[in-house]
Amino acid sequence: MAAADGGASARKEIIQTALILSGLTAFEFLIAFVWRDVSAAVGISMETGLFMKNLLFIILTLFKAFYIVAYFMHLKHEIRRLAVTIVLPFLFIIWLIIGMMIEGTFWGSRSNPDEQTSAYKVELVEDLG
Amino acid sequence: MADVSVDPKALQEGERPIFQASWGKLFMWFFLVSDAFTFSGLLIAYGALRVNAIAEGYNWALPEEVFTHAPILHEVFHIDAPLIFVGIMTFILILSSVTMVLAVEAGHRKARAEVQKWVFWTIIGGIAFLSCQAYEWYHFISGTGLHMNEETHQFESGGMMLKASLLEQTMEEGGPTVVGLEESKMIVFYPGGTKHFYEGQAHGHGGDHGEDHGDGHGADVLGLRNGAEITSSVAIDKIMKFAHHSHDGTYVLHMEDVVAEDNLKSKSENKLALKPLLPKGTSYEDIVSVPVYAQLSTSLDTIRLVMRNGYEISLPSVVDDLKKPGVVMTAEGKVKSLNEDGYYPAQGGSSMLANQYGRKAFANLFFFVTGFHGTHVFSGVVLLVILYFNVRRGVYDKRGHYEMTEKIGLYWHFVDLVWVFVFTFFYLV
Repeated sequence: MAAADGGASARKEIIQTALILSGLTAFEFLIAFVWRDVSAAVGISMETGLFMKNLLFIILTLFKAFYIVAYFMHLKHEIRRLAVTIVLPFLFIIWLIIGMMIEGTFWGSRSNPDEQTSAYKVELVEDLG
Repeated sequence: MADVSVDPKALQEGERPIFQASWGKLFMWFFLVSDAFTFSGLLIAYGALRVNAIAEGYNWALPEEVFTHAPILHEVFHIDAPLIFVGIMTFILILSSVTMVLAVEAGHRKARAEVQKWVFWTIIGGIAFLSCQAYEWYHFISGTGLHMNEETHQFESGGMMLKASLLEQTMEEGGPTVVGLEESKMIVFYPGGTKHFYEGQAHGHGGDHGEDHGDGHGADVLGLRNGAEITSSVAIDKIMKFAHHSHDGTYVLHMEDVVAEDNLKSKSENKLALKPLLPKGTSYEDIVSVPVYAQLSTSLDTIRLVMRNGYEISLPSVVDDLKKPGVVMTAEGKVKSLNEDGYYPAQGGSSMLANQYGRKAFANLFFFVTGFHGTHVFSGVVLLVILYFNVRRGVYDKRGHYEMTEKIGLYWHFVDLVWVFVFTFFYLV
């Protein structure tokens, strides 16, 4: 990051990153508005379309995150072991996401096996002993 | 101990700066990692509650239905512009990130005037973003799609938050009152049809309600957990008959007993039949114990209340009920009164207690996560203002480096980074 060329190359990188981020965001908006029509035109079901849309959003978000962290926050230009030290802890977050997304579907009435067989017993009766 | 000699090489090794970054920047990074964990926790909580709500059979708010306001388009042209405004906010934050990184770059060259210029524009971007957020919160709190025609006093496209006890009243009148749109979702309420109703304190003479579950309970008012009170003696008798007494005068009802009793009744009287055709895991609680947001058909006269959860009230007596005081709630949970002309103002919106878009957790987490992010933006603006004046005074020229710009820049980009995720999970997915 030496200012040998008066920072011209650094500025070029900044502008490129900004354009990429704007482009990705614009693309996300495009998807948000057209995904229903597209999935109908292609002939996939609403649910599959929704799943694919959300997956695409998450992938695009990760791309945006990468560009912000790597170029705006200069992590790409830092020494590699610093970058690894910062990024590695987020493996735990991936674990937490997977865990909570699965676990979340089993809360509430679904946490009680009796309730699943009984259509009209609709919520847990607290044990007031 | 004295035999242990200190290896000078090991000491040197320890002092070698392994990250080749200054302490200031390193600690900013470590702070940001911990802050990122906090935001991750919040966003994962949102995801887990959302997944849970869907698994339980509830609707979750659709962002394109919630965030439909954009300045001028809404106020002047009355056009719904879903997601447009949040798009503008996102671009504002990206642009402010660009100006920030340009300031950092200028700082490397110690170009004071340039740093000052770019920091200034970053401050403007931050303030613009916060203003946008204020606008968005205002419309989130006050609600979407509520227009009452002032001349005809008719709801053109809107709804109102109904007090839970309205439904209770219609139930106490007996007979099926709430009917789902689809056969598979049909749900018929009858007096005190939920366990929730029965979980309350009995206030009667004598004070001792006994454990006989039968007559002689002596209660004439049943205060419910949701704040409502049942005074109908018929309803109280019925409740007490099935209630399981527990300590401090609380009663709990088991649904099976009521259903069994009612199936018998329905054969003879052909009424009060409970048809438990709820979607698996559906709770009545959502329908009756919190303020219910209902979409009205065109006027109060042809009453048809369609609730967010897909249920519908189409009982003529609801029309009369609606004209009683105390059935319409504000988003804050307060009861609305009729205006001079005898109509309720349109009411919807969001609060921590209830929101018109569905599950309570949606608004709660929206407030918390975007609020927490907004707090970060605000802190960032404060830091940038301090930076701006320091740059202007030449503090960093005296110090010989512009590292402070880099540190605050890291923080500012982090705020942008968080927004990228908030934007995806609250507005897009």
